[in-house]
Amino acid sequence: MHTKLRRLMLSARRVAIVIRREVRDQLRDWRILTPIIILTLVFPSLMTFTAERMIAYVNSTGGALDGERLTPFLMMVVGFFPIAVSLVLALESFVGEKERLTLEPLLATPLSDTELFVGKSLASMLTPIVSSQLGIAVYVSGVFLQTGWLPSPGLYAQIGLMAVLQAAVMVSAAVVISSQVTSVRAANLLASFVIIPFAMLIQGLTVLMLWGELDLLWWIMLGLATVLTGLWRMGVRLFRREELLGRELDRLDLAAAWRFFARAFIGERRSGEGLWRWYRREVIGAVVRTALPIAVVGIALLSGISLGYAEAGQFRLPEEITRDVAFGDVASRFDETGISSLNGALWIFLNNVRAIGLASLAGMASWGVLALLLLMMPLGIAGFLSGQLASFGISGATFFGAFVLPHGVFEIPAALIAGGAILRMSVSFLAPPPGRTVGEAWLLSVADWARIYLLAVVPLLAVAALCEAYVTPQVVVAVLGR
Amino acid sequence: MIVAHQLTKQFDTFTAVREISLEVSAGSVLALLGPNGAGKTTTIRMLTSILRPTSGWARIADLDVVTQAEEVRRRVGVLTEHHGLYARMRSEEYLTFFGELYGLSGDVIRRRSGELLEQFGLADARDKRLGEYSKGMRQKLALIRVMLHDPDVLVLDEPTSAMDPVSVRAVRDAIAALRNERRTILLCTHNLHEAEQLADQIAIIRRGAIIERGSPAELKRKLLGPTIYELRLAEPLNGLAAGLAERLDLIGQGADWVRYRTDQPAVVNPATIAWLAEQRAPVLALSEVERSLEDVYLQVVEATDAH
Repeated sequence: MHTKLRRLMLSARRVAIVIRREVRDQLRDWRILTPIIILTLVFPSLMTFTAERMIAYVNSTGGALDGERLTPFLMMVVGFFPIAVSLVLALESFVGEKERLTLEPLLATPLSDTELFVGKSLASMLTPIVSSQLGIAVYVSGVFLQTGWLPSPGLYAQIGLMAVLQAAVMVSAAVVISSQVTSVRAANLLASFVIIPFAMLIQGLTVLMLWGELDLLWWIMLGLATVLTGLWRMGVRLFRREELLGRELDRLDLAAAWRFFARAFIGERRSGEGLWRWYRREVIGAVVRTALPIAVVGIALLSGISLGYAEAGQFRLPEEITRDVAFGDVASRFDETGISSLNGALWIFLNNVRAIGLASLAGMASWGVLALLLLMMPLGIAGFLSGQLASFGISGATFFGAFVLPHGVFEIPAALIAGGAILRMSVSFLAPPPGRTVGEAWLLSVADWARIYLLAVVPLLAVAALCEAYVTPQVVVAVLGR
Repeated sequence: MIVAHQLTKQFDTFTAVREISLEVSAGSVLALLGPNGAGKTTTIRMLTSILRPTSGWARIADLDVVTQAEEVRRRVGVLTEHHGLYARMRSEEYLTFFGELYGLSGDVIRRRSGELLEQFGLADARDKRLGEYSKGMRQKLALIRVMLHDPDVLVLDEPTSAMDPVSVRAVRDAIAALRNERRTILLCTHNLHEAEQLADQIAIIRRGAIIERGSPAELKRKLLGPTIYELRLAEPLNGLAAGLAERLDLIGQGADWVRYRTDQPAVVNPATIAWLAEQRAPVLALSEVERSLEDVYLQVVEATDAH
């Protein structure tokens, strides 16, 4: 225990040495110092003036937005702007040092990879966070002096903490970017992967704050903390001497990537092995490896149904529509749509294949979140319809048994498996297996996804489409008796 | 002090270093020679616990480079290929930063920095930012950084590159002094004259493998054949040429001189002189023909290329 404590103290000391050097270096660079000073002192004063004028204007016109919403919103803006600098600082600190060839002497010192990573990360956050908090203090003081408004301690904590989390996420994302490139130029190009989500986040925060839904900020912070955990873990895995020195050039070898993907897709071919044994090992095996993400998707889909069912009580469909489904001539409706035909089956099949393909792309760009939402949507709608029909005496069990289950026995497992594979693929780069690069880890999971999608999900969707075209209408007519 | 056995490093499908074994004892200098991309830097990085070997093992100052990596890095001074100075810092601040990372106290850092800055003639440049230093000054400061924590083992990649002759002399003297203090030194250089001057052992590395190793004299003997001597008379050879050809392995001849090879100079040379004295031939000079390490190096590299 004593040794561990001493080790920890030594690490803390080394981290502090790295932070001190980095921060001194930042404060000697006028290109960094100038925006920091402007964003800390000048910009908050400008926002104070803006707040005072906007409140006066809104109050004079009797607008819907009152000062209690605008002032905290501007406080958030003041807090965020210096934080944006942390991205630049982190890219400079990590990839800049690599580019200026000053990293290797550092790597030759007794510093551990983690000490260097933590020191550089904290140094990149420190100046923007201090600047952000000072900016908020300047703004709040100005507004208080002019209007007498003071934020509640809760609001102050929310906005202050939000700025800290934003800085931490930006820096962690910058570390991940830096580990993949060797020049600041390339890092700046990749930084759009950080800037775009942050632009969307700020837009979302703006809506919430102007809407007055300040409690939702805590949920946003929880989301940011989750993202931060993933990025931090990835940063620790990537910021290693091996990774940093093993990559001398930013090289994109598409042919090699394709060969790697093809090998991973085919997997192992054992001599004399039949296709079925290969399928069992490489396709069903991949599905089994995806069990945990599949379980997560299962929970999400069940939540979708429940949410849809619950919302049916609050939002009612026009009664004639519901009544038509509940009591109308469903057989002739099916005839009108022409669904019970090969063309109908093909349309359903292609629609589902496209939907899952789209969910995969959306999932890749959003750590699986958009994929989950897209997959939840049809079952959410089914739950919603079930809730609507319940008021006409058609139970949920009857609805699902007739409208969903006949083809759902194939389609729902297909959605679960596909969702699991998408989720796995979307987060695979967070923790590459030992000895694998981020790119290889991602290609391996894409190969797994492609194998599962093409050889398990698509066949299930084909069967589901045939059932939806030919069996489901028959069951619905039989159950509803029309 | 440095022992490596079958050290190999693979990057994906590329093998940068292939089964390198070497041994450098305390108080000696090993020069690692080889063309660019031969695997010298990767070897250095493995030996200094910056990169992990894919296979094989190495020990530095009796420490394992993989399992005791941090301690290895603390005990070794590494002059990397690029000096890696922070342009906005001043020399003392720079040395303090690295000194603290090596766990030195403020007093030790101040004393050592002062001594070394003085020794390498940088004391007067204390107030300049490192960005204003000339290339040679930067290289010298990087070398001071390497020596600051008084390491047992020094690994120096091109220590005199970009330096003026006076600075080169200062650095070479410093390396010789370190060797005399029984430090172990691994030197990577393209300057073959420097390697010959400083190194006790030479290892030539090519395509990731050591292809020749030995002392400069051993390598010359092995690769360029027995020592060559030149005998010069004060008058034309005339009839003596036939007699010399019978006694010596002649490789060249002029009006008043001959060149010959022998791996037994202690026997052959006195006998030749005695025979010439009997013939009353006026011997002007008998000297060894200088053969440089460059000849050895080029021969080895060209022979490997031919394969």
